[in-house]
Amino acid sequence: MKCDLASQRRAERMMVASVETILKASAAISILVTVGVLYVLITKTFDFFEQIPPSAFFFDTVWTPLFETKRFGIWSLVTGSLLVTSVAMITAAPLGIMASIYLSEFASPKIRGLVKPLLELLAGIPTVVYGYFALTIVTPGLMKIIPHLSGFNALSPGIVMGFMLVPTVSSLCEDAMYKTPRYLKEAAYSLGARKLSTIFLVVLPYARSTIIAALFLAFARAIGETMIVAIAAGLKPNFTLDVRQPIQTMTAYIVQVSMGDTPQQSIEYLTIFAVGATLFLLTFIFHSTSKIILRSRFTVTT
Amino acid sequence: MAAFSEQDFLSTANEMKEVESARVIVGITREEKNAQLVERIFRLLCLSAAFLPLLILAFLVGNTVISGLERIDLDFLTGFPSRFASKAGILPALIGTFYLMLLTTIIALPLGVASAIYLEEYAKDTWFKSLIELNVTNLAGVPSIIFGLLGLELFVRALGLGPSLVAGALTLSLLILPVMITATREALKTVPKNLREAGLALGGTKLSVTLRVVLPLAMSQIITGAILSIARAIGESAPIIVIGAATYLAFLPNGLLSEFSALPLQIFQWVERPQADFVENASGAIVVLLAILAIFNLSAAWLRHHKEKSRGSL
Amino acid sequence: MTQATASTMTTHNLSVRYGKHLAVDQVSLSIHSGQVTAIIGPSGCGKSTFIRCLNRMHDFIAGVEVDGQILLDGVDIYGPSVDPVSIRRRVGMVFQKPNPFPHMSIMQNVLSGFAFTRKRTSKSKEEIAEIALKNAALFDEVKDRLNAPSGALSGGQQQRLCIARALAMEPEVLLLDEPCSALDPISTARIEDLIHTLRTNYAIVIVTHNMQQAARVSQVTAYFLSGKLIEVDETRKLFTNPADQRTEDYITGKFG
Repeated sequence: MKCDLASQRRAERMMVASVETILKASAAISILVTVGVLYVLITKTFDFFEQIPPSAFFFDTVWTPLFETKRFGIWSLVTGSLLVTSVAMITAAPLGIMASIYLSEFASPKIRGLVKPLLELLAGIPTVVYGYFALTIVTPGLMKIIPHLSGFNALSPGIVMGFMLVPTVSSLCEDAMYKTPRYLKEAAYSLGARKLSTIFLVVLPYARSTIIAALFLAFARAIGETMIVAIAAGLKPNFTLDVRQPIQTMTAYIVQVSMGDTPQQSIEYLTIFAVGATLFLLTFIFHSTSKIILRSRFTVTT
Repeated sequence: MAAFSEQDFLSTANEMKEVESARVIVGITREEKNAQLVERIFRLLCLSAAFLPLLILAFLVGNTVISGLERIDLDFLTGFPSRFASKAGILPALIGTFYLMLLTTIIALPLGVASAIYLEEYAKDTWFKSLIELNVTNLAGVPSIIFGLLGLELFVRALGLGPSLVAGALTLSLLILPVMITATREALKTVPKNLREAGLALGGTKLSVTLRVVLPLAMSQIITGAILSIARAIGESAPIIVIGAATYLAFLPNGLLSEFSALPLQIFQWVERPQADFVENASGAIVVLLAILAIFNLSAAWLRHHKEKSRGSL
Repeated sequence: MTQATASTMTTHNLSVRYGKHLAVDQVSLSIHSGQVTAIIGPSGCGKSTFIRCLNRMHDFIAGVEVDGQILLDGVDIYGPSVDPVSIRRRVGMVFQKPNPFPHMSIMQNVLSGFAFTRKRTSKSKEEIAEIALKNAALFDEVKDRLNAPSGALSGGQQQRLCIARALAMEPEVLLLDEPCSALDPISTARIEDLIHTLRTNYAIVIVTHNMQQAARVSQVTAYFLSGKLIEVDETRKLFTNPADQRTEDYITGKFG
């Protein structure tokens, strides 16, 4: 009898150990993914810089790797991305912050419970559909009121992207504002404050770091956005600050090359990785800053 | 004995929204009137900010659905792409999306759940655990197109899988893995600690307690998370464009290594065409895509609601 | 020191209802400038609810019904033409848990009442802050770091900061809702000393669950039980020779 039990336990322990190893290995895959991404981007970018000197990449504003005369100035694509992102942030920031003020300070619990999930809907629409909206509805609409607006431009996808990012901003901010401790608001009211003063002088400062983190997060998402700009912003690199003109973003360029037939070892193929690396770096900086701010918030509670 | 202490009332009112009690009629002093006016205007502005995106979305979606519904008929749903817009259909794209969904679920779900179980139930607070958690957080912020680049080099080229269904599914799985892990961990967290302790006290191994106690209780929330993650993957076009999914597929995918198309990709391809009737096709495909997503999201919502109701009796 | 006009706050048959629960039952009580009125009673007796009526803090809670009158210098503060905000500028409050604004410096905290209400004053901001901090017995400890964040202060100092903040608004009445219950004995003693010096210029009401404290700081004590005002009298008399048996039971520790 005892023999049976002992061997049963041994078999059980072996199985448990092997299952644990499998689980551990699964978790480790996320590390492998990051390693994979970094490896691919770094090696291909190095291959790129073997053929193209970094100065041509960083100190030129014209990007024509697909043309006869090839120039590799990244700034064309970077400004394209930043232009659309700026329009998106100008749209999303005020709308998102004001919406979160409404939801946390003014709305009844019923309305809050209704509107919050509806705003999440905005985030759930596939970006290719937003691109369709931007190109077929928003741009023609804007063309009626803005003179010289080109069919492809930075304004239309920027605005659409901004609307898409409102829930990103508002859900984080609303959460922080709602959690303003009651005793702080009581102190303000007891000194004779009214609601508006309390919102601006107590609630918003309390939520300040979350608001900043939310904006950084939205910024990171905007730069990394692909389909809206690929459809509505244009596929022609353009170093300009005029939002009415067509531009190409880093993401749209990668799409453009991927759609075509590019030989594997060609310089054109390598460009998508150089651009991808630039994109990765930019989004990583903003995304990480956002997470760091959010994390530090919870260790500095009064 | 008082039935409840006054502290209950003073602390349950955690919302300090100004209430107009019947006794109080304010607004006589000019300062008060001005202040109330300013507050009302501000409130209106903020309310508009909350509702404006919704209204615009409703307008845009409504517009698209109206033109899309006109286009949809049986031929559209069962047809193949064509140079002629009126003859074009979305069947390969639909089938491609379906297979993609299926494969992605098969790959990502076990992987995500296993990782989450390890992180939540097994891992001790070491550098290794922090490293994994850091990775999951960072990967969640990487643009989807970068995953496309990874998939292109790793699955399509290095592993030689070509621009195939399985390459696409692998790429999408990696994309939604962080989200899946996070959602599953949240689900596992909802199971109270004392239930695990009870299982262990009865002589169960950690594995058996996890499988027989924790997982069953967390299952519906895990599935909800999985449904939402897959829904997100369905809508992604950037990564699959980069790995080379076909934008014009004249046949149905026939195997894991087959070339494939997908619904968002088909939409993209049609939107890119200047002709108006291709744009109309795009709207039809969008309606189908949104319908599929609606089914997914509604199922997830239903599951969540159903679970809450039955949990109440726990 | 501000020469406040001698103020009186009087409640007539004040009742407060939360839904079906009657928290305060027909309380008629007067408080006067120049003296400290202590309110004592077991937990749940309605003393915190009562004091929060005096600056209309109940306006912020839904489902609260207030009946009866509260007169500040003869005018009902719940009257139809009364702006509650104006009441709160005349009736200051210090809360149980010190609540300085963490994102403001010490100086900004003291002056925060002016930031909220845009109240006008002839004195300079520095003057107001200095006077208020001196009146709250905090100035010497913080005069070199007025711009430091308020979170760096100890609990007792934070509470004195909250008192300074309330005093800066030059109220007529000062409501103290268990101001020392979150503090250590030394800080408590300092604040009790402070209350002594403040009473000449303000009408002070202090809610406390500590009978010894009530005996130390107040001239008049009111005993509440289950929402009713059982007895109010000169402090010395209430504690040595209470008129009501229920009061005696409480102060001799038979319950509560």
